[in-house]
Amino acid sequence: MPIAPHQKRIAEIAIGLGLFLFALLLEAENAARLLLFLAAYAVTGGDVILRAARNISRRQIFDENFLMSVATIGAFCIGQYSEAVAVMLFYKIGMLFQGRAVEKSRRSIAELMNIRPDYANVKRGDVIDRVDPDEVNIGDVIVIKPGEKVPLDCVVMEGSSTLDTLPLTGESMPKAVRKGDELLSGSVNLNGLLVARVTKNASESTASKILDLVENASAKKSKHENFITKFARCYTPAVVGGAAFIAVVPPLVLEGAAFGDWIYRALVFLVISCPCALVISIPLSFFGGLGAAARKGILVKGSNYLEALADAEVAVFDKTGTLTKGTFKVQEVVSKDIYNNEEILKFAAGAESFSNHPISLSIRRAYGKEIDAALISNVKEIPGQGVTATVEGRFVAAGNAKMMQMLDISISAEDLVDAATVVHVAVDGEYKGYIVIGDVIKEDAVKAISELKAQRVKKVVMLTGDAKPVAESVALNLGIDEAYGGLLPADKVQKLEELMASKSPKGKLIFVGDGINDAPVLARADVGIAMGGLGSDAAIEAADVVIMTDEPSKVPVAIKIAKRTLAIARQNIAIALGVKCAVLALGALGVATMWAAVFADVGVTLIAVFNAIRVLGSRL
Amino acid sequence: MKRAFKLEGLNCANCAEKIEREIKALKGVNFASINFMTAKMIIDGDDSRFDDIVKAAQKIVIRYEPDVVVKKA
Repeated sequence: MPIAPHQKRIAEIAIGLGLFLFALLLEAENAARLLLFLAAYAVTGGDVILRAARNISRRQIFDENFLMSVATIGAFCIGQYSEAVAVMLFYKIGMLFQGRAVEKSRRSIAELMNIRPDYANVKRGDVIDRVDPDEVNIGDVIVIKPGEKVPLDCVVMEGSSTLDTLPLTGESMPKAVRKGDELLSGSVNLNGLLVARVTKNASESTASKILDLVENASAKKSKHENFITKFARCYTPAVVGGAAFIAVVPPLVLEGAAFGDWIYRALVFLVISCPCALVISIPLSFFGGLGAAARKGILVKGSNYLEALADAEVAVFDKTGTLTKGTFKVQEVVSKDIYNNEEILKFAAGAESFSNHPISLSIRRAYGKEIDAALISNVKEIPGQGVTATVEGRFVAAGNAKMMQMLDISISAEDLVDAATVVHVAVDGEYKGYIVIGDVIKEDAVKAISELKAQRVKKVVMLTGDAKPVAESVALNLGIDEAYGGLLPADKVQKLEELMASKSPKGKLIFVGDGINDAPVLARADVGIAMGGLGSDAAIEAADVVIMTDEPSKVPVAIKIAKRTLAIARQNIAIALGVKCAVLALGALGVATMWAAVFADVGVTLIAVFNAIRVLGSRL
Repeated sequence: MKRAFKLEGLNCANCAEKIEREIKALKGVNFASINFMTAKMIIDGDDSRFDDIVKAAQKIVIRYEPDVVVKKA
């Protein structure tokens, strides 16, 4: 029966450990004891030495196999047999655990990203074939059974069902779909049978795009990672140099210093000279953070953006489509005359009945009844002002204050509300009241702003093309610090520049938009976040962070994850550097043993890896 | 041309970093990256030299990590 590599390693360690313990029991210092130690060493460390030799022949010195071999062989040479074997044993046990830990974290990340579809059921004529998603073409018809993953982006032709989009969007509420709806690959069909036509091939489908994005995100490295990489490059040569110095200089300079003693101290150095704990755990922490964010439906395009998010100081939001739904709704009707609210709405809806402007639509929706087109005539639209029409034989004017002025209809000062979009209504030349129309604020917008503040974002700003009074009223409702209205796209970039200049040098500015019209602003901000990115390629291209759903409350969640990731990465740097420096110092003074050195090397790596995995488990 | 590879058995983060640095320095390579966590290597290189680049990259991988198997991803 073939043996798995890790079983072989466990066996080696067990045999080595047995021989080692047996040798320790022998009290006499004789050749038999030495032989036992050598046998234990050969069983456990043979492959390390082989690799070291092979690497030297390839001119790869300074790798950990080489350093471990030199350290342990050195220990043998100065008569520290038990230490030599123990160090090798510990090293191997540590490596075994380390491999397991890395494997485990790889698997938990893979599970997180378990959206890659394995197969597609393609319907060709009456036959249904199970094929690799890569082999399916655009326009092919596929069948998705309950419990299966949607293999490619497609449109439902037949059937209805509910879909679990949790792995894609972090949204736990299943989504109902029926004929004509678009399906995104990676979501799971929960109950009904669906027949759908493929709209994108495998590599262009949502699931692959998301996976690519997350897997490639670690190519954009954070400052912490770059620091560690640079540090690791100098660390090993420096420590090995230190070891050489300690082995040679003090015995020559200091009176009565024994060579063996100083060589032992030098060997302690060699054991700690591998930078592995740092090199593994820092990128792992960031990768965990990227994975944890992805699970919440937040795609971060690089570790550097995670780092920047953690330092968010100013958050700038676009209004329409980001904090508000971008759909207009009648919020209030005020009547000034004998007419009641419904009558005002009726006249306004009648006058507006031929217009497709969002404001007209919202008034008709609020009225809610069929409008008899036969009763309406003489419709005249005055751009930038409103409409006039004859409704049921009466002359109706519906529009802004400017229009009323033009028609010589007086409005009392108290009715000149300018907090929002207002449609004034006059009938037969007399002022009758007004209708307040507003964009609908998203349910979680207030929560988003208050949580951002709880995350110590100092200033929340809103930019919008809407009129200033509208901007200010929305800002007031949401608890936004500053609002700038009436901005053209170019003005938004300029305003953003001003805000960038006013923040502290270390703090970062994040911009949140819907990714459609604000690409220049997204690009200019330290971190550009596009919302509702599902299915929109443009948004995914332009932004640094893509929020899959259209919930602004995901922004503080992203910051929370970023902060946690950074905290863990910093802990890991501190633990690894702290312990290594301490053991180096103690080793130089002759206090630390090689046992301590092995702990500083492998033990710390393990602690750091386990610490890094915590990022994934965080419930936010 | 850009292609992704799977590095099966990649266990040493420090080596991955060294491999990445050497591949980046190869002639004709525009971009290269190794993701230690997903054990994935991405090489973006000139079309005309791509086969040579892949061969050279494979050699570099084996030099640092003899037990790693390079597969197409």
